[in-house]
Amino acid sequence: MTTSTAPIAARTATTATSKRALALPALLFLLIFIFPFVAGPHYVILMFSAMGYAIALLGLNLLFGYTGLLSLGHAMFLAIGAYTAGYMTSTRITNFELILLVAVAIGATVAVPIGLLCIRYVKIYFAMLALAFSMLLYSFLFKFYHLTGGDEGIRIKVPSLTAWDLSGLDTLSVLTGPLYYYVFALLVLLTALMRCLTSSSLGLQLRAIRENQQKAEYLGVNVKRYRLVAFVIAAVYGVLGGVIIAIPVGLADPSIAYWVQSGNLIFMLLLGGYTNFLGPLLGAVVFIFFQDQLMSFTEYWRLTFGVILVMIVVFFPNGLMGAIDRRGWWST
Amino acid sequence: MVVNVTLLQAQNVRKLYGGFCALDDVTLSINDGEHVSIIGPNGAGKTTLVNVLTGLVRPTAGNVTFKGHNVVNLGAVRLARLQLVNIFPQLSVGETIAVAAISHLRHGERFFSSTARNRPVWEIVERVAAIFGFSGKLDQPAKILSQGDKKLLDVASAFALSPEIILLDEPTSGVSTADKSTIMRVLVQAARQMGIKAIIQIEHDMDIVFGYSNRIIAVHNGRILADGSPASIRARADVMATIVGRQRDHA
Repeated sequence: MTTSTAPIAARTATTATSKRALALPALLFLLIFIFPFVAGPHYVILMFSAMGYAIALLGLNLLFGYTGLLSLGHAMFLAIGAYTAGYMTSTRITNFELILLVAVAIGATVAVPIGLLCIRYVKIYFAMLALAFSMLLYSFLFKFYHLTGGDEGIRIKVPSLTAWDLSGLDTLSVLTGPLYYYVFALLVLLTALMRCLTSSSLGLQLRAIRENQQKAEYLGVNVKRYRLVAFVIAAVYGVLGGVIIAIPVGLADPSIAYWVQSGNLIFMLLLGGYTNFLGPLLGAVVFIFFQDQLMSFTEYWRLTFGVILVMIVVFFPNGLMGAIDRRGWWST
Repeated sequence: MVVNVTLLQAQNVRKLYGGFCALDDVTLSINDGEHVSIIGPNGAGKTTLVNVLTGLVRPTAGNVTFKGHNVVNLGAVRLARLQLVNIFPQLSVGETIAVAAISHLRHGERFFSSTARNRPVWEIVERVAAIFGFSGKLDQPAKILSQGDKKLLDVASAFALSPEIILLDEPTSGVSTADKSTIMRVLVQAARQMGIKAIIQIEHDMDIVFGYSNRIIAVHNGRILADGSPASIRARADVMATIVGRQRDHA
């Protein structure tokens, strides 16, 4: 039996922890970090939203890119995050950390029963069941006016930070300054955490489930358990993203739970590349800025997006990150 | 290997699928050191028998025990089962074997430590890869392997579970004659090296059945038609006519 460390070292060298591979996320994070210094407030706010989407997409990609489960209802978790922020700030609980913690607790609590039902199915059945739950939430948010504010939604006040005194700063300064960097730190932390999870036995077992569920079962992988774990983690990332996305909008309204929102999330994943760990980050940033620019040019921006989606699927099936990361350092 | 220590025991097993009786009153035991081939025509109940023996399918009546414990409660770590070519296309050879090694070591819940740096896992991977001739191919995606290598990888991943009994459903189907003998040679050698106590295999190729097994169980219409050494089965004209003759007719 070989007990030398050489093959292990060879293995780790091929993984994305090599220094050259780290240049890709470092560049992306550097761009986000310096962005408030080089861009106007409008674009900084857009980047704020993009960071929220990137967090939600990191979770969604654990479900789709790693586990092979395509959810068409992930927007429900964004909505849970947004409405948690709405409820809490409207009751004068504006502490950002507390909002995030409560959102995570609610998101995970909701995700477990929904996940237990959804993970029994795969492919279109899983996708449609997730969509059904999302639309149920949408209807609830829309119809139960006295609880949810109906189509008007709930206003979200700018949150406060424990370690940063924001008094004296106007909303724009908070969003483009302290809160921006707070969210940036959260994005880096959650990206590192997700990398840790996907590089662990969980990541390998999820990929095995994606590739061949029956074979994975034969090799002792508890398929349902790990699918549920992936679903709940994706939900937690979703609610965190939802809180962040809703803050600059200042409103939690039912449209955040609508199927179009889930469709946008899938679009972002395809754009960035769901076969790449960094795809969600790039997909979110490119989508948000591209959408903003396109909307200012033409009212037919959805049509243009449709054409782009077709082109991506045909010419770049691994998305933008697949084209950039040709060595596959960050492949899922 | 020590013979005659009973590992797996099926008693009066019956399996019904609706009104169809796939297994009827099957009683058998598998002992330490045995390489058992299960033979029979299509629809005889061979796969159902293996499914029941692995605990994958619950019998309608009767029970199956592994060292006195009901097999339904046992994990793949004790009884590994594989089927046809069954790989993870996008996973590398090393990762495929690592999935099994993680199960064997019960490291599945280590969510915050890198698998690439998990030394015990990669020690198993390297050991199994060396036995099966995959040492230089650990980083190759499984999908680009030859058909014979895919089959070997399938077997190798099951061996990485370090099971006590391995159950193989036609391990040599769909591969060339040359690959068949390579697979069987490597498989038997690996079983010896890794201390696997018994092999049960469903097999249609009579050259392999009589060339490698030390016990043959002939199944027909859900019942055991014959159970004995290759020589004793060869001496049974009725078995040879019912099973071997029928397969030749099909061929």
